[in-house]
Amino acid sequence: MKFAGFLLLVCGAVICAAAVAILAPKAAMTGFLLAGIAVEILGLLLVFRSHLPSRESQEERE
Amino acid sequence: MTPALDAAPFAAGLILLIPLALVGLTLMNCGLTRSRSAAHVLMASLAVAAVAGIAYAICGFAWQSFADRPAYALLVAGKPWNWIGADRFFLGGLDFDRSPAALASCFGVFAAALAACIPLGAGAERWRLAGSIASSAVLGGWIFPLFAHWVWGAGWLQQLGLNYGLGIGFADAGGAGAIQTIGGLTALSVAWILGPRRGKFSPDGLPAAIPGHNSVFVLIGCLLAFTGWTGLNGAGAILFYHASPARVALIAVNTFLAAGSALLVTSLITRARFSRPDASLSANGWVAGLVASSAGSPFLPPAAALIVGIVSGALVPICIEWFELRLRVDDPAGAASVHGVAGLWGLLAAGLFARFPSAQPDQVLAQLMGIAALLGFIFPLIYGANWILNRFVRYRAVPEAERQGLDLHELGSHAYPESAGYLDEMQH
Repeated sequence: MKFAGFLLLVCGAVICAAAVAILAPKAAMTGFLLAGIAVEILGLLLVFRSHLPSRESQEERE
Repeated sequence: MTPALDAAPFAAGLILLIPLALVGLTLMNCGLTRSRSAAHVLMASLAVAAVAGIAYAICGFAWQSFADRPAYALLVAGKPWNWIGADRFFLGGLDFDRSPAALASCFGVFAAALAACIPLGAGAERWRLAGSIASSAVLGGWIFPLFAHWVWGAGWLQQLGLNYGLGIGFADAGGAGAIQTIGGLTALSVAWILGPRRGKFSPDGLPAAIPGHNSVFVLIGCLLAFTGWTGLNGAGAILFYHASPARVALIAVNTFLAAGSALLVTSLITRARFSRPDASLSANGWVAGLVASSAGSPFLPPAAALIVGIVSGALVPICIEWFELRLRVDDPAGAASVHGVAGLWGLLAAGLFARFPSAQPDQVLAQLMGIAALLGFIFPLIYGANWILNRFVRYRAVPEAERQGLDLHELGSHAYPESAGYLDEMQH
């Protein structure tokens, strides 16, 4: 899940960079930039979810 | 294009204020942790600042570079995407004669040291000295310079305006992204890799309050940090955005307004929730205002700086609580919220509120691209680098070291005389 989250983060940034590089109309560029950031937010959620400590790891640490 | 030479002495004076931000941050990190690891925090701050600054001087500036100096560029859809500098190592080829590039290298050494100190707050009380030094070497020598090149070294983010008509390009005068957000994202990565302190969360996931040991350090640190931040924002604006020295008045006012309004909002929120203002959270609010002001302080009207501060002050208690209660991230100094989240907000706010001498449309799109690059390119790089380093240089101290305190275990002595007592050791 952690790997997928970071992959989504990279993909989101690539979408944003591609939007800036390829799309000339500002409306389309804005739409794809926001879509890229939405993908990044999804990736962040996955990364956060993957780092929630499990009960077992918590007990082991204590 | 480089700033006028007559601005150079002024910029040099402002650069010399930046270490005060480092002092302020270090005092805050120290005060927000328990007394048994107080000296360790100070020692680690000195060590990581030294290592990050040295790594930056050895190879960092070569990769950051400066406008009109050699760099590597990719050609994407017919436009150059300048992605990394190609200067010489060990600051070779620089004339230390008040030239803007020489001043930028001096600014960069202090900025790398400041960025490296931010994660110490998140890893406090369990991050071994060797691990923090290894992490700061990578941050100061590679990650910070890479993004700094994109933003300040005529890199692809700075040229978004020139190449694609997006405002003036990504605007980040004082390093809200390049210093603060990178530091905040490193703090989050380190907190994840280290895991929470012993006793922080119960097996059911409920967090225990582990208060810091010295509110005086924390609050004095805030005051020192303001002076350092004024230098940071002013010098950055002159060096990288060609602001005239006369604009420093606006920069200082905006920096203060953002910090002050953030402090007041955080105090009001904590007063409403806990029936009295919380000193450490309010101090974090002040710093969040400083952080958020960094991106756009030379371009914001004072009223907008107030809004920037109000929002960042509201974000701090919400984010710190969210990170701790919901996401179970143990970040003793709140570094991920204060530097990471407030830094991102500052970057966005610069796009929403900045006013430039000539009309510059679509600035917000340039800011969104910069935020996307930070989260999508730099964050995985930071996490990956620290994850790999942790395999070679074990980050986490052994349980016995945590119980004794890192002062005794790693430095061999306590920070305070024995008579001061160690009440917190009895509590946890």
